[in-house]
Amino acid sequence: MNTTAPATASHRPPAFFADAIRLARKDLLIEFRTRSAFLAATVFAVLAVVIFRFTWDPTAIPAFDLAPGVLWVIFTFSGLLGLNRSFGLEQAERAYDGLLASQMSRESIFAGKVLANLVFVAGVQALTLPAVALFFDLQVGSAWGVLIGIVLCASLGLAAVGTLFAAIAANTRLAELLLPMMTLPFFVPLVIPAAQTSAVILRGQPLDDALPWFKLLLAFDLVFVTACLAVFPFTIEE
Amino acid sequence: MATSAATISRGTVPDVKAFDSFLAISLIAVLASCVRAIWFTPVDAMLGAAQKNFYVHVPAAIVGLYVACGLLAISSILYLWLKDERLDRLAEASAEVGLLFMGIVLVTGPIWARTSWGTWWVWEARITSTLFLWLLVLGYLVLRGAVESPESRARLSAVMGALAALLVPFIHLTVKLFRGMHPQPVVLKPEKPSMPPEMLATFLMATVAFLLLFFALLRMRMRWATLRDARAALEGA
Amino acid sequence: MPIPHETGATAVAGHPSGYPPVATLGVLPTGVTVEAAPVAVRAEGLVRAFGGRRAVNEVSLSLHEGDCLALFGPNGAGKTTLLRLLGGLLKATRGTAQLHGVPLPGPAETRRLVGLISHNSMLYPALTVRENVRFAAECQGVLEADQATTQVLGRLRVLDREQTPVRFLSRGLQQRVSIARALVHGPRLVLLDEPYTGLDEVGALAFTDALRELKAGGATLVLVTHNLVEGLSLATRAVIMRDGAFVYDERPSAVGFDLAAFQARYRSLVHEGIA
Repeated sequence: MNTTAPATASHRPPAFFADAIRLARKDLLIEFRTRSAFLAATVFAVLAVVIFRFTWDPTAIPAFDLAPGVLWVIFTFSGLLGLNRSFGLEQAERAYDGLLASQMSRESIFAGKVLANLVFVAGVQALTLPAVALFFDLQVGSAWGVLIGIVLCASLGLAAVGTLFAAIAANTRLAELLLPMMTLPFFVPLVIPAAQTSAVILRGQPLDDALPWFKLLLAFDLVFVTACLAVFPFTIEE
Repeated sequence: MATSAATISRGTVPDVKAFDSFLAISLIAVLASCVRAIWFTPVDAMLGAAQKNFYVHVPAAIVGLYVACGLLAISSILYLWLKDERLDRLAEASAEVGLLFMGIVLVTGPIWARTSWGTWWVWEARITSTLFLWLLVLGYLVLRGAVESPESRARLSAVMGALAALLVPFIHLTVKLFRGMHPQPVVLKPEKPSMPPEMLATFLMATVAFLLLFFALLRMRMRWATLRDARAALEGA
Repeated sequence: MPIPHETGATAVAGHPSGYPPVATLGVLPTGVTVEAAPVAVRAEGLVRAFGGRRAVNEVSLSLHEGDCLALFGPNGAGKTTLLRLLGGLLKATRGTAQLHGVPLPGPAETRRLVGLISHNSMLYPALTVRENVRFAAECQGVLEADQATTQVLGRLRVLDREQTPVRFLSRGLQQRVSIARALVHGPRLVLLDEPYTGLDEVGALAFTDALRELKAGGATLVLVTHNLVEGLSLATRAVIMRDGAFVYDERPSAVGFDLAAFQARYRSLVHEGIA
């Protein structure tokens, strides 16, 4: 008995990276066309920065003590705005069924979604970081590189965990309410190390002080990107 | 109506007894240990009468954090592998009863803190970890409540439970990197417990009593879940 | 008024059964020699349980290329579940299923053999017709995606609207684009889950025509529908399901098919118990 699919000359087999990138591009194209989540996230970010700035007493708290908190609170909540839409766009006409019925592997679907969310979150941060630096008059200097590195690492962790829980929440009634409830405890080992590392940088302390926090952040990324990838197929009914 | 070979969930449907003797015994045990703690145990020289809180706070923490969350994590992971719905009921029951015990920790903790150090809340390592775990388990239960189909509910909450198991060490590490005011471990240390024998005896008694109460409540909750699922299966068929 | 039956090949004078053999025609004639075509889908003792409840209860069947299986039945009878089992989209609790010889659940590539059409369009409203179908083609590994997209859009007569975002199209047009999306990769098995929902009469007729073409091309169809008229006009096999099992199984295109009896049976089985 033939145990492989009938060979057809005009098809190619599923390919993890190509499939994931194609899916990410599609997601980002849709987001670019509708601009709904990106606008909401950016508006939220600017509003938050302004509110924090105007309720801040510079004589009581130095900028580099407040700014990391502001930065990472905005990061978390604007990230959540983007994550909601990640599977929301698949729900409208049940397009998700179409993806699941294709030859794409479940893992490549997950990777594609994570990639799109990563770009989204990093994009919002690309606007937020300069805004915070500007409004709080921060002296970052040569540490921009490290700061960007932290943002990317934290964005990866947020995207991975957030995408997985968005996939779970898509099956429920109150997805928008449930997603923050489920994910915020998971963001704790992500956001606190990121904030602490940023604080070390902004205070001008030696980078070695931030090393244990940074290692924790990397470990979180490593463990959770792998775990979420492994566990994603279970979010699909089969 | 066409006869359907609809099978009822695995595991026998439990009898509904009017009086749960296991629960009664465990409640008496807890009461007895409290009585012993208040009247028959010496008062700590340094910390005063407020220290008696220890005999409720710590056993509740051991049961709520280690036993309940451990059961939740293990049964979630096993469910993903074995797909046995009894594991799902165990996870559900552990989460709910665990939430209760962790709640006791989060209430007795601030009471002790207030009487000992003057503040209701301190952001130190262990109580903060407990708070995050409590929120995590709460999120787990809210997820369960939000999924309609029983099969999906079991599967999705098992995913969250499995990930939560991975999260716990990260929360501990994160929170530990902040130094804290919490009393250093007195009992769960590598060396011998450094408490006088009468206090140790009370503590052990309290721990056993809380464990009994946990398992009594767990069993009760699991029975309730089995009945509920059996009824749903009959209604759906 | 009699339901128009499937008219595949025209009768050829002089041939014993009235139809020429398959080889000379290149298309499958109506139901008569379907057994001579290769088996496309085979299922044996399929069971799918959700918790304690069996949605599909010991179903066995075999479908040949060019067959169209119409599944009727009340809600909750297990039609959609069976559909997904046959397409490899759900795993069976017990029993076996094969798709073109490949045991299910097969590797991810076997999903390429299947096209899924449902009452949801499964399209992205913000993307254009062309973008939607091309994306589906590439996801299914089609090599000349642009070409295949143009071809299928032309066949379904939506090529003139290909640059329009889907959300601006009428429901009927969206359904056509949805069909294009499902067929662009040339599936051998087409699963249809209540596709007539929301289609008006004109749309329904056009849709049925498209399905007839598919059958003639040798694809196998499994159609879940509440639309008795359209379903029976396409089906080579009509089944009424209840509680996960086949309770009535007929061949509408065979000689001696009693439409009135089927309709009566359908009414009694589907509407029984409803006040």
